[in-house]
Amino acid sequence: MPKKPKIAFYWCSSCGGCEESILDLAEDILAVVEAVDIVFWPVALDVKYKDVAAMGDGEITATLINGAIRIDEHESMARLLRQKSKLLIAHGSCAHLGGVVSLANFSEREDIFTRLYSDVPTVKNPQGLFPKSGTIDSGNYLELPGFNDTVKTLDQVVEVDYYIPGCPPTPELIKEAIMAVLEDRLPERGAVLAESKALCHTCPLKESKPETIRIKKFKRLYEFEWDPSRCFLEQGIVCLGPVTRGGCNARCIGANMPCSGCFGPLDNVTDQGAKAASFLASLIDSTDEEELQRITASIPDPAGLFYRYSLASSMLKGKVAGNKSD
Amino acid sequence: MNDFEPKIVGFLCNWCSYEGADAAGRARKVYPANFRAVKVMCTGRVDPQFVIKAFREGADGVMILGCHPGDCHYKEGNFQALKRYAVLRKVLVQFGIDEERFRLDWISAGDKEKFVDVVTKMTDSVRQLGPLRG
Repeated sequence: MPKKPKIAFYWCSSCGGCEESILDLAEDILAVVEAVDIVFWPVALDVKYKDVAAMGDGEITATLINGAIRIDEHESMARLLRQKSKLLIAHGSCAHLGGVVSLANFSEREDIFTRLYSDVPTVKNPQGLFPKSGTIDSGNYLELPGFNDTVKTLDQVVEVDYYIPGCPPTPELIKEAIMAVLEDRLPERGAVLAESKALCHTCPLKESKPETIRIKKFKRLYEFEWDPSRCFLEQGIVCLGPVTRGGCNARCIGANMPCSGCFGPLDNVTDQGAKAASFLASLIDSTDEEELQRITASIPDPAGLFYRYSLASSMLKGKVAGNKSD
Repeated sequence: MNDFEPKIVGFLCNWCSYEGADAAGRARKVYPANFRAVKVMCTGRVDPQFVIKAFREGADGVMILGCHPGDCHYKEGNFQALKRYAVLRKVLVQFGIDEERFRLDWISAGDKEKFVDVVTKMTDSVRQLGPLRG
């Protein structure tokens, strides 16, 4: 019997949703397991790091890593798996673009610790204990992974061959990616394995989008009763469909929610947030400076909204140091 | 840091503001050498990515200079710039880039004094703020 190709899964800084997305393959996972050997998958299999280290270089056909790089352990595991794998695939928004967890790059490392271990109203920490990377307990040295200053994408740490976008990716895309690996029909290296056109092209509400959209106020979903059969933008609701890669089967739109951008920027766009700012601004129906201020004030957290999934991969990657007006 | 000289990148439209800067040059007006002019056909062409890239590559301040309202060679390109500016400045503040580091102004082909004035004021206020990456 010929040897089956080996596949590995690993998670870095993630919520676990990408692991779920593999399980969402449902019965199709049986076809995958039939075709491959899963040699490493911490969430489901008891395989130790040392077992991975013992594998030969390039022995794993493809490794899917989800989650962003937050602690030094993520970095060393990414390096190890890169060495052991022929193909390294970034799985999900966090590995691809930094994801929601990279919004932490708007805060300094110290501020994150102070907030988390002292300032949160539900935290009681009278001794002022903060995590540190090592401590001696009963004569034994105990070590914790180090917390990096910023969150990085997977490809800011190791070379990545392909990207499966989404928060989380659809089971269809994961299955298609794995089958493409097995059947040796992958596109050019570095490709994002989804649509190349924006979400709007496949949006079920496409027909209701008028020729021109003019917005006097950006509205939030709770503020009014919106019409689920009409284009969100036309109703003044921020939808990032025009600047977001398609391929998600318009899951959010189908669930009456606007696109929040998890499939990331289109090819040839570096900064999805800048593009979001650009297209939304152009829809504003005013050229009066005071009115413009009022309209832009109806987006309370523009950077968080536009860079929700892509801050670590954006041009500035996070807060620029040296803000004098703080 | 007293000897700090800021780098200011300016995006100037071909029809009004670049002409205005040229007019200032022809009239031998003096403006700060901190200013680096980038000519674009219209301020409506200034993608927010250009502004962000300028800051990333080391600019301490960025200016967009275009035709006065109503004077745009392409009718409303400068209004598009104004709207993008209104949104983008809020985004940049969240990145820690002060509002004074990013300005938009209208300079006509004949506004040589105004050109010198806005560039000088911008340079002075950014010099006061200090380097973006301190």
